[in-house]
Amino acid sequence: MRKVLLPAAGLLLATMMPAQAVERGELLANSCFSCHGYEGKLDNPKIPSLENYPASMIISQMKAYRDGSRQGTIMNRHAKGYTDEEIELMAKFIGKQGQ
Amino acid sequence: MNTRFSKLTRRQMIQLAAAGIAAPSALALTGCSTTGRKGAGQVVVIGGGFGGSAAAKYLKRYNPELNVTLIEPSKEYITCPGSNWVIGGFHEMKQITHNYNAAKKNGIKVVHEYVASVDPVKQTITLAGGKKLSYDKLVMSPGIDFKWDVHEGVNTDTENHLPHAYKAGDQTLLLRDQLQSMRQGGTFAMVAPPNPFRCPPGPYERVGTVAHYLKQNNPTAKLLILDQKNAFSKQGLFMEGWRNNYGQMIEWVASQDGGKVHSLDVKNKTINADYGKVKADVINYIPPQKAGKLAFATGLTNDSGYCPVNQQTFESTIHKNIHVIGDASIASPMPKSGHSATSQAKACAANIVLAMAGQAPISAKNVNTCYSLVTPDYAISVAAVYDFKDGKIVSVDGAGGVSPMGASPEVRKMEALYTQGWYNSIADEVWG
Repeated sequence: MRKVLLPAAGLLLATMMPAQAVERGELLANSCFSCHGYEGKLDNPKIPSLENYPASMIISQMKAYRDGSRQGTIMNRHAKGYTDEEIELMAKFIGKQGQ
Repeated sequence: MNTRFSKLTRRQMIQLAAAGIAAPSALALTGCSTTGRKGAGQVVVIGGGFGGSAAAKYLKRYNPELNVTLIEPSKEYITCPGSNWVIGGFHEMKQITHNYNAAKKNGIKVVHEYVASVDPVKQTITLAGGKKLSYDKLVMSPGIDFKWDVHEGVNTDTENHLPHAYKAGDQTLLLRDQLQSMRQGGTFAMVAPPNPFRCPPGPYERVGTVAHYLKQNNPTAKLLILDQKNAFSKQGLFMEGWRNNYGQMIEWVASQDGGKVHSLDVKNKTINADYGKVKADVINYIPPQKAGKLAFATGLTNDSGYCPVNQQTFESTIHKNIHVIGDASIASPMPKSGHSATSQAKACAANIVLAMAGQAPISAKNVNTCYSLVTPDYAISVAAVYDFKDGKIVSVDGAGGVSPMGASPEVRKMEALYTQGWYNSIADEVWG
């Protein structure tokens, strides 16, 4: 993609849309990678991979771990660290959208 | 310099000149436009461990146009996580050894050389071979160094006889070999370090893996830990695990109960502690610690021996445009761990990219996850989530904590499986 984008055009595009260079949601979601695999992908998973995991499931399962309705080994302890807003932001970046 | 970037650079130079911002040097142009555009620029990362390798990878992820150089003298990196499993004889060195081929594929320029010095004013790095590099932003992840002046009788040569095995590599193999050639019924003594130190549960995981080896091969041997502190990470869980798996083999002595060490007689393998004179067959002396050498040489440390940083961006509070992450940084309550360093690397990389695009810093929560084996099939964990409040890293109330006491063998076994899973994932995230 970058190769076909002329630098000047890129600059113009960026000037028109001053997007956040790194979004908080991405940074939040990237925390998952350390255990669940980079981009949620794992070759030989001993921990569940998050590849193709629907965004709605990220939200519902994180909330279930947080309130204890789903029991895990370590996920309950992690999930309690996040607000609803943070879980939803996270799901935008790690979950499969529209599912 | 890549021509694609130099074209952008010229455009930005015009912009910057118009805005009245002078570039620090022709080579080291900052990407600080006010358009929100990420732009190119020179970011150098020193140290190819968890922190440094992750920082390089995420800098490139968050802004593919950045010129990212990773300086690491070794062509292979052997992780401390997993090294206790090698000492225990049930894991191979090759399983904890990584290289920088993927970093190169990810577009990172990798330089295998020692750094001679860093000039924080001119923003230049001089390599051992004499070559100079300039940077707009520098990330340093130098890890730890040992204090050899706390206990009498030790010096830098001590590690060749009483291996600390607290930087993985030859030290790991030396300790493993000493353990395996220990006489039947002998004593393995560990001197555990005072706070703060790298990997708070590390010495205690090692106790378990050493005991696992001894139980099978040297069942009348004894394991004595002389601790330089009065409490340690996951203490209740470790002690429960030791009792359940190794009976009376392990004795832990708190500093206040006699563990405090005064001197060592390296030649005679004797430790002088409040406890008395301990003659051991193998001594695992883990020295007190401080930030890595380059942090001191660059003037990034304070009286604590570690590096004060802005706890949101990890920029040094002493030298602008140098960020310090991992074990060398002061980020308490985050422990000095590979997982913490990786988490900090992402926050640091994101904030460098934002700063270079002229945007305000952000904070997402930092995380630590740490699994420790008690036996190859029995593990315990600690987790924590950290917020950034009033300029400081704080633990999120009600989140995190340790595995439950008294859990079933099935739960411990599940966590042992996740221990290996964690290792595979984070190693792939950092070096893949």
